[in-house]
Amino acid sequence: MDGASSSIAPRSIQDVVIRLAGNSQDGIQTIGGFLARLAGRSDQDVMTYMTIPATISGGPSIFQVRMGTGEILSVGDQADLLVAFYQESYNGHIGFLRPGGVLIYDSDHVTPEPDDRRFTSVGLPITSRTVEAVGGSSKDKGKNLFVLGLLARLFELDVAKLTGLVKDRFGGRSEDIVRNAMLAFDAGYGYPAEGLRDCFFRLDAPVKEEGARPKVTLDGNTALTYGLIAAGVRYGAGYPITPWSSIMEVLRTELSKYGGMFVQTEDELAAVSYALGFSYAGHLAVTGSSGPGLSLKMEALGWGTMAEIPLIVINVQRGGPSTGMPTNVEQSDLLQALYGSHGDAPRVVLAPRNVEECFNVALEAARIARKYSTPVIILSDQGLASRIEAFDEPDLQKLMKDPKPDLSERGADFKPYPLDRITRHAPPGSRIATGKYPTVTGLEHDELGHPSGNAWMHQKMTDKRREKLKALAAEIPLPEIYGDAEGEVLLVGWGSTWGPIREAVSRLRKTGTKVGQLHLMHVNPMPLGLDAVFKRYRHVLVVEMNDPGLYGYGQMAMLLRACYALPHIASVAKTDGLTFKVNEIVVGVNKRVDLNRVGAKA
Amino acid sequence: MSTATLSPAPVAPSAPLTKKALTADHPTWCPGCGDFAVLAAFYRVLERLQYPQESIVTMAGIGCSSRFPYFVNTHGGHFIHGRSLPFSAAVSLSRDDLHVFVFGGDGDGFSIGGNHLVHTARKNVRMTYVIMDNSVYGLTKKQTSPTSPLGFKSKTDPTGAIDQPINPMRTLVNSGASFVARSHATQVNHMIEMMEKAARHDGFSVVEILSECVEFYEGAFDAGNPRKGGQFRLIENHDPSDLVAAYKLASEPWPGLFGVFYDGKRPSKNELEAGLITKARERTKGASDLELLQASFRKAR
Repeated sequence: MDGASSSIAPRSIQDVVIRLAGNSQDGIQTIGGFLARLAGRSDQDVMTYMTIPATISGGPSIFQVRMGTGEILSVGDQADLLVAFYQESYNGHIGFLRPGGVLIYDSDHVTPEPDDRRFTSVGLPITSRTVEAVGGSSKDKGKNLFVLGLLARLFELDVAKLTGLVKDRFGGRSEDIVRNAMLAFDAGYGYPAEGLRDCFFRLDAPVKEEGARPKVTLDGNTALTYGLIAAGVRYGAGYPITPWSSIMEVLRTELSKYGGMFVQTEDELAAVSYALGFSYAGHLAVTGSSGPGLSLKMEALGWGTMAEIPLIVINVQRGGPSTGMPTNVEQSDLLQALYGSHGDAPRVVLAPRNVEECFNVALEAARIARKYSTPVIILSDQGLASRIEAFDEPDLQKLMKDPKPDLSERGADFKPYPLDRITRHAPPGSRIATGKYPTVTGLEHDELGHPSGNAWMHQKMTDKRREKLKALAAEIPLPEIYGDAEGEVLLVGWGSTWGPIREAVSRLRKTGTKVGQLHLMHVNPMPLGLDAVFKRYRHVLVVEMNDPGLYGYGQMAMLLRACYALPHIASVAKTDGLTFKVNEIVVGVNKRVDLNRVGAKA
Repeated sequence: MSTATLSPAPVAPSAPLTKKALTADHPTWCPGCGDFAVLAAFYRVLERLQYPQESIVTMAGIGCSSRFPYFVNTHGGHFIHGRSLPFSAAVSLSRDDLHVFVFGGDGDGFSIGGNHLVHTARKNVRMTYVIMDNSVYGLTKKQTSPTSPLGFKSKTDPTGAIDQPINPMRTLVNSGASFVARSHATQVNHMIEMMEKAARHDGFSVVEILSECVEFYEGAFDAGNPRKGGQFRLIENHDPSDLVAAYKLASEPWPGLFGVFYDGKRPSKNELEAGLITKARERTKGASDLELLQASFRKAR
């Protein structure tokens, strides 16, 4: 968008970043969600971002949605349009609006800086017009829908689809609620165009590919939950903690439809114990939490490693340590996930890069847990948990896994912990031909599960638990490199930083520098051959949302340096509780690498 | 497909389950330990119940008594300290076809696992929990336990314990366990009777058995042993469904009473969860797993 034109004819744009700034009770998340769903339904790409105050009720809150026709990789460093509901929303977010952008403010509450001419500013009496439209009480509930109507008009959104979504959402409640919602929406949509003439835009229509699957619009936590169901997970247990809770809420309702069960337990220790119990009983189970809860689960996870029980553990990371910043994002649990337990407990750790991969990572976690009879930790984060994205609906027919436990009789050669094979437990209920029933145990044990204090046996069993993860490493494909396959800089990431890193790579390459991106979903064990890839670049910079710590390296950077002893691995790390802006990565790279040095350009 | 209600795999009729078939590793307990008698009584209970061998699960946490699963030839597990109840609850809840027994000591049950005991009782998960109470930490060689009496001299209380001990019966009755009984390891027939009743109870059943640690707390339970000059007082003329009466009985002075303190009827979590599944499947008209998930995705279009 550029705010210079004065024609009332809408200007065509590729994508737009809209930030709605208000308070948490204004329902801006609701309309942000509508916009995201609409974009998905219209085959546009979309990504959202929200902040929620950690207070019990109320407090400033934003919802940001970026939608358009190209691939949307990040939520946008700057807004094209800012809607400010209150003076503090204006004060707090005007700096995020790009010069030339459009400011729409509620003139009942906001007085903008009169001399600020950087933006196209339009004041509308949003509160009073909503009250007028809905009538009756002086309450301003419905302001959000007034704004939604306004946005529908400004961006020529599909009103039929949008009102369909509104009715779906409120349809289960009383007629009055739907009627009031529509009255507010219509008032916003029909607001006289006067003053808005510079703000009409049309999003380019996306080109729908032949035979493309329909798009679905989900947040990360829901995608992860559905992924678990597709993977055949029917049992689980958890304890509420932000931002993990929505996964357990959905599982509690959904799993009973599938004949399964999710138990809300007395604490995190019980949650992981239940999950291990379900898995022992033959059902691959899930538990989850956020950082502090993962710490509480660690003792039992040590047992899971020793007893070799398949299990999925989700950690939706937030700002830490301790209660930290429960509604902010951070990737500071990596080393906890890998090394949080006592003893030598080799771990499988996976991290999804975006909402679509939240679905896929659950399937991969289940595959690994079953094949290698081991706990698998999934590291998501607060940013991914609540972020909404559109992606192609997965082909469930192909992906659904059968959850039925194997209770067949085990042959005479059955051993719970064979030294020459990967453990395959016989769940209770299965007969054992030898008549010798197995005990699964956290004590070091021999092949039959008898406790063993034998030094040789401990070494052999430690080897067994390590070697199976090395076998896993050998089957993980090297991630594809995006951008230049060799050159000046390789940006390495894991988890939700994928999108902003990719945009940063594109931006850096435009300046003529040879830059590539390598993103790890298999965080531990890592695929083989990474060192060879790293050696193809002059600099390897690991971009992650954690603190570079005492030695100047973020957690993944430290791990990679330790694994490969390559001195050209360095960090671009931050911990401000917010997702990376593309520009922060570009600036971070420039700080560490002199891209203007002779020879730095291709 | 419902995975909660598994029908056991069809099996050839088995020979009657005997102590011989149930015997596994030789117990590693000290000679004279009360736990030997509990194990012997448990074999007898299983002989009486005649469950299919593969359908019995013997679980434990950590402690001397928690070695139990190694000595019983059934499916079983040796979990972590204090958390065998939540682990076993999951086994019971997800597998109707199994019979779940959990063994542990006073440290496991009343100290590190105290919260789990209360919540498993509250949830009334169908399984049997046998607490072998020796009133001392034996595996770690004589520290004060949550049931050590005031004045008990241990390595952590060399001048005598000063913290008020737990009253197991009061705790259990209070927390909502639907079957609560107490026995003594020197009274084999009584133990068998209590454990069998517990196993047949539909809900969370607990039997506390006073089981002497001859190494670190010799004579702890002599007051309840007639052969040592004590009195084994059985509960008589008591309505076991009367919660208030049970609480009063539990408050009798040491060595207290033996028998069934409480035996109440309320739906088990197993039954309630199965009800939720039935209702959910009625609402979704028995749709297949694939259809259910496809419907969820359709809503997200």
